[in-house]
Amino acid sequence: MQSAVEETARTEPHVSLQGAQFLREQNKNLAEPGQFGSLAQSAERSYKHNQQIIATIPYFQSWREQAHQIKRYAIANLDKLLVEFERNITARGATVLYAQNAQEANEHLIRIIREHGVRTVVKAKSMVSEEMEMNHVLEAEGVRALETDLGEFLVQLAGQRPIHVVTPALHLSAADVGRLFQEKLGEPFTQEHAALTQIARKHLRRQFVQADLGISGVNFAIADTGTICLVENEGNQGLSTSCPRVHVALMGIEKVIPSIRHLPVFLHLLGRSGTGQKLTTYTHLIHGSTPGRKLYVIILDNGRSEVLRDPKAWSALFCIRCGACLNSCPVYRRVGGWAYGWVYPGPIGAILTPHLVGLDQAGKLPFASSLCGACGEVCPVKIDIPHQLVHLRHRAVEEPSPVRSWRERLVWRLWAWAMCHPWMYRLAMGMARLGTRLARFLPWHPGPLGAWTRGRELPQPPPGPNFHTWWKKHAHELKTFPTELPSESPGS
Amino acid sequence: MHLPDEPISNRPEEAVSSGKNSDSGVPEHGTEPGAGPVPATRREYPVYEPGEPVALFVPCYIDEFYPHVAQATAELLTWLQVPVEFPGRQTCCGQPAFNSGYWKEACKVVHHFCETFAPYRWIVTPSGSCAAMCRVFFGHVDPDPRIVEIGQRVFELTEFLVEVMGVTDVGARFPHKVTLHIGCHTRRELGVSAPPLRLLQHVEGLQYVELPNVEECCGFGGTFSVKMPGTSIAMGQTKVENIIRSGAEVVVSPDISCLMHVEGILRRHPQGRHIRCMHIAELLRAEE
Repeated sequence: MQSAVEETARTEPHVSLQGAQFLREQNKNLAEPGQFGSLAQSAERSYKHNQQIIATIPYFQSWREQAHQIKRYAIANLDKLLVEFERNITARGATVLYAQNAQEANEHLIRIIREHGVRTVVKAKSMVSEEMEMNHVLEAEGVRALETDLGEFLVQLAGQRPIHVVTPALHLSAADVGRLFQEKLGEPFTQEHAALTQIARKHLRRQFVQADLGISGVNFAIADTGTICLVENEGNQGLSTSCPRVHVALMGIEKVIPSIRHLPVFLHLLGRSGTGQKLTTYTHLIHGSTPGRKLYVIILDNGRSEVLRDPKAWSALFCIRCGACLNSCPVYRRVGGWAYGWVYPGPIGAILTPHLVGLDQAGKLPFASSLCGACGEVCPVKIDIPHQLVHLRHRAVEEPSPVRSWRERLVWRLWAWAMCHPWMYRLAMGMARLGTRLARFLPWHPGPLGAWTRGRELPQPPPGPNFHTWWKKHAHELKTFPTELPSESPGS
Repeated sequence: MHLPDEPISNRPEEAVSSGKNSDSGVPEHGTEPGAGPVPATRREYPVYEPGEPVALFVPCYIDEFYPHVAQATAELLTWLQVPVEFPGRQTCCGQPAFNSGYWKEACKVVHHFCETFAPYRWIVTPSGSCAAMCRVFFGHVDPDPRIVEIGQRVFELTEFLVEVMGVTDVGARFPHKVTLHIGCHTRRELGVSAPPLRLLQHVEGLQYVELPNVEECCGFGGTFSVKMPGTSIAMGQTKVENIIRSGAEVVVSPDISCLMHVEGILRRHPQGRHIRCMHIAELLRAEE
């Protein structure tokens, strides 16, 4: 049985993202809703659960504001806080390594692996490791990396990528998992949740003890105490970070918060926004390394300082990866996480990915939204996601990106000119009305018209005049209520 | 590692503007006694003096495709003794270009809007998303305070009636089963969700039924509807299924643009064909 896990991890590595090329291709699919079984219902259920929990807490809005201010302070003072964090955690035996991009981070990791003679790796959940395409790199190094987070374990077994930042296997139903275990691990089929958990536990448990290296992410890096905070529900992070003799923690530069006194508000928000829990089952605070063991912290930039160049976009770095915006997003629920093409899906991906990989690759992502604003409403650190989306749309048409086109620019120029000349406006709108009337008789509809009529009837303009004309003729006929306003006020 | 050239550490003073400050300049955690819950934010509305003229802003698609909505709005306001004026040079608020990222082009249209409406203290429009464009987003395309100030004068119709004028009963009669859809810009950018409901509550004979998942987007989203038609239609179909489930005969909304999309899908749905879509202004003028 044990070899089955090893074999799967070896022959079906975590599917590589293949960087930007992949993103470009996936961007095309954003237009079409995919079929992801239970994803839509599960995400919607989480969203509603989250809303119910929030409604019961009178302090919630005040917590959001505080978390926002703390993050704003931290991002404004990254230069100081990162140095303070490094100084404090190094004093307790940890080694801090900086990496400007994913390649540098992987080089650090490979150096650590060689230095300590690592053969097997257990991995707790880390989004940064997805950015680094770490499993692929380790595979090339001949090291087996096993995902130990249940969701990550499932998508690794299935040879897929995580579909959600918090619940990577959200698209798999219990029956899907049963079939997966049957096929890959040779277990008898079951869809009982408890039985499935036991199977995963049986296969994962012994891996922790045997592994040489444990890799984790970082939820919060606390500067004044030099502490790494990790939150989880399954216990795998605790085992991954304590069983192996070497622990490597991966973090983005934006994970640092000034003080341990600021941690509670984030813990209050993260559990509730992520999974609707008051607090996650485990909260680990790692203050440096223990005797006889090594702790490395790799701090990764990987495009994050690009966000700092754009002051209007700073709040994209406040994200604590709770996944609430994904659950709330009607577009995400229909297209799924893979359609966003890179590590971060959903609304946060749409505003973060263009900064991290460049607008030239991900310029289309900010357009993958109806701008309904549900994400901004639920974000526990008050990232103004809908406004960030329009800001990035503006940048995407001004800077080199796949959406910049001189044709579209010409159309909008002509439109703006028409809208600034009332006679031209009325002529253009009259033509639009005539066109809509005639479109009924066309055998097929080109361009946007065809996109509209694919699943919808066109609006039918009434036979009468437009409002401009009506007003000229009938304005003087409008009637006023003869005496007093009807209203609720006493005396009416 | 790369950090910005210019140190930005002098910014937190302006960043940390609220809350109780600790020695590190960062607000403290708020569960301590006395911090208190944040009161639900309620917009302060200016006071409308009876007899003040109101300029009617009729969005482009209403002007040509739904003129009866603008007529109903003008009739309704006049009926409530509001002197209505209609500046003839008005065109569009610039939202289509703004949402598409073409802010320079949108800016020209915004300037035209502001020139046209500059003489008016009150501007009312029967479209929540256009009102949101004016009030929330004018400052994004041009931060000039004069532009922003004119944008602030724009109100969505039901918001103007209920929050500004204090009117909830307009004497309408509509003996039908009605459900309400509020556009996302109206609900979330303007924060207007109670006024349409309060107006419906005072319509004689009206039976209100709640729409399941009422807060979810219908999928219109302006150019989103034609740029990502598959997703847009899928979202619209969910909305249509919820409308059918509510058992309503009529869907009413302060945003006829959402309804243009929803009605388009309803017309092709075997169980939704008979359901009427109406702007709330039309319903409030009804004496059926």
